[in-house]
Amino acid sequence: MNEIEFNQELDCRGLNCPLPVLKTKKAIDEMAAGDVLKMISTDPGSQNDVTAWAKRTGNDILSAGHEGSDFIYYIKKN
Amino acid sequence: MNENPQKRMALIASKGTLDWAYPPFILASTAAAMDMEVGIFFTFYGLTLLNKDIDAKVAPATNPAMPMKMPFGPEGFQNIEWPIPNIIMGNVPGFETMATSFMKKTFKNKGVATVEELRDICVESGVKMYGCQMTMDVFGISQDQFIEATDVAGAASFLEFAADADISLFV
Repeated sequence: MNEIEFNQELDCRGLNCPLPVLKTKKAIDEMAAGDVLKMISTDPGSQNDVTAWAKRTGNDILSAGHEGSDFIYYIKKN
Repeated sequence: MNENPQKRMALIASKGTLDWAYPPFILASTAAAMDMEVGIFFTFYGLTLLNKDIDAKVAPATNPAMPMKMPFGPEGFQNIEWPIPNIIMGNVPGFETMATSFMKKTFKNKGVATVEELRDICVESGVKMYGCQMTMDVFGISQDQFIEATDVAGAASFLEFAADADISLFV
């Protein structure tokens, strides 16, 4: 999981619904197609929400995992 | 970027207390982040959510099931649900102000955005804000006191927007 290359990192630790999704959207909007965003959240709800958001907006989650209390997502902008 | 046809969400925000200010702005900002077209029709007490400065309070008297929690101290203490009778919550002077500040503090502790922050994100992401013309007339409210993004509209205008909505909710 740590081997995935990313272009930008977004730290959403400590933020609660819906901020991780809103900040992810904002970051993705400012990136180029094909770029990868690494997003870190401590909100357990982000597991379902980030997936739902990505499905709806047509972006790919390359990897979703967790380390300790961090949920880590690698999202590729399409 | 998105293969799905654009969805539309139409919300009615009818309440102006702090607890009820959250759902429309959370849903609207998130729907916009999911590339949906969103419109909120603010009517009756919901109109106050369009004020430049939101002064929303939580009213324990009308929320008998509201858990009363302390926003400070160790986590175990914060999670205690204090069994305060509704008759006290509703009648002791200052209780509403205290409950409001506790709720704001608890939300902040838990990393929840403020209502103002969520509303700003809604405006930035193009959520349409409609103020109900009739309620404004009844309450003597002028558009000057609302945020700039506000459009004034009536029932037919909202329904024209909502007629093509995929999601419609009354809050």
